[in-house]
Amino acid sequence: MKLDTNTLKKIAHLARLEFDEESAGKMTQDMTQILNWVEKLNELNTDGVEPLTTMSSEVNVMREDVVGTHLDHEKGLKNAPQRDSDYFRVPKVLE
Amino acid sequence: MEKFRSFDEIKKSLENKETDCKAVVTYYLNNIQTKAHLNAFVEVYTQSALDQAAAVDKKLASGNAGKLAGMVLGIKDVLCYQGHEANASSKILEGFESQFTGTAIQRLIDEDAIIIGRLNCDEFGMGSSNENSVHGRVLNGVDEERVPGGSSGGSAVAVQANLCTASLGTDTGGSVRQPAAFTGVIGVKPTYSRVSRYGLIAYASSFDTIGVFSNTVKDNALVLEIMAGSDDFDSTASRKPVPHYSELLHFDKPAKIAYLKETIYSDSLQDDIKENILGTLETLKKEGHEIVEVNFPLLDYVLPTYYILTTAEASSNLSRFDGVKYGYRSPNAHNLESMYKMTRSEGFGPEVKRRIMLGTFVLSASYYDAYFTKAQKVRRLIKEFTENLLDKYDFIIMPTTPSTAFKFGEHSNDPVAMYLEDLFTVQASVSGVPAISIPNGTDRNGLPIGLQIMANSFKEADLFAFANYLTTMKS
Repeated sequence: MKLDTNTLKKIAHLARLEFDEESAGKMTQDMTQILNWVEKLNELNTDGVEPLTTMSSEVNVMREDVVGTHLDHEKGLKNAPQRDSDYFRVPKVLE
Repeated sequence: MEKFRSFDEIKKSLENKETDCKAVVTYYLNNIQTKAHLNAFVEVYTQSALDQAAAVDKKLASGNAGKLAGMVLGIKDVLCYQGHEANASSKILEGFESQFTGTAIQRLIDEDAIIIGRLNCDEFGMGSSNENSVHGRVLNGVDEERVPGGSSGGSAVAVQANLCTASLGTDTGGSVRQPAAFTGVIGVKPTYSRVSRYGLIAYASSFDTIGVFSNTVKDNALVLEIMAGSDDFDSTASRKPVPHYSELLHFDKPAKIAYLKETIYSDSLQDDIKENILGTLETLKKEGHEIVEVNFPLLDYVLPTYYILTTAEASSNLSRFDGVKYGYRSPNAHNLESMYKMTRSEGFGPEVKRRIMLGTFVLSASYYDAYFTKAQKVRRLIKEFTENLLDKYDFIIMPTTPSTAFKFGEHSNDPVAMYLEDLFTVQASVSGVPAISIPNGTDRNGLPIGLQIMANSFKEADLFAFANYLTTMKS
């Protein structure tokens, strides 16, 4: 797998990251190297093998639906970079 | 004089009234100061540790102290402890203050353990050398030009340099066992789901475990038995009963032990380590244990499987760091989207970005089946192979690491070379089974060699007992 610049840009956007030209070059190179390495898995025949999707052997962990204490409002907002008395504040979504 | 290297020693001094918890904490605080250049601690909780010590001393006087009264613990910078900062060694979590205490730590505090500070690590647990940290690198106390291993490098060095009795790390692909091997201490990764992950900043949720560093097997067993068990705040945490590992350390039966041909005769294994492990297997044979060589044809596929799945999970887990709710927010943004992008690009380090990008790639619509689903299938093959082997044999023994501690910068320009450091530790992580690394002598340069033992899921009691037997057999 050889990554091209357009794919890198698309993936970066999905990951909400951005790279300048130099770091994009390095990232493309590193990712290509790693992808070529992990493609070793294609040597293995996995026909008929179910993908393993969960590692815990716990299933249907149920509990009574009771009211309990949770993180209170003030604590929830405590670490906000920007806030008002009730909400997190972010820059304008619409210009 | 060196003292307090084990909890038994502390307990004895406390019982004989030769010391109190305040003096124990003060002793470690002095060591931390003397060894500050190792950069193991990110923050020392001097005041809260002394306050805790005073409270535990009172309990000891009135005879109602918990099981860990007098034990002093350091915690990795990815674990939440209410009222204290946690950064996951990342700029993106700068200034973050935990608003609650994670279950594992709370259970230790409830038994009167004293938390002395938080420990340096690779950013979000991603690394094998502790070189990827916003807090700077950690030095290995054996040779300060060498890495302590990672990602829990600070936790390993804190025990190595006697800065606390034991410490907590996290192990996703070897992040407890590899630094334990590099620094000559004991490190355990429990079975996946044995310890609640509530209050642990997630890296890869189907691999992450909280593990323990200590100088003695008994301390390791004791800390794990108190942390482990079901938790209302983590529905994946196992509801299986937790044995009292620390009281089950006697091992006196012949064991059936397998070693994997591909690990011991691997080209990447350092000669001294190979000789070391072959010597140990020979001794075990003489002691009457059954030693069998088996093939592990999947060895070369374990690391690729690990990297596809963990980067995918990391890309998803780390999407929460967006500059809205906590941590760093870029001051340069002009609208919401640029706030996300600039915050994340300025806040994450290069290795974390690399893994987020890879994870995003393998999860993207066009490549999902070819990479992600494929790796999930191979994971099942590896897990089943390993479990079947561990049904037949009590333990698998292998080296913890292909080499002893390497020098700073040695693998910095080649991500795959760095990933290969985890060659022998990822099998247990991919399979979810427990594994322990114990110190097993040194190489020709005097650098510690780690021996890794794996057992089947939830067989921690056997693992600790056998590790204890091995450490006493050697001495």
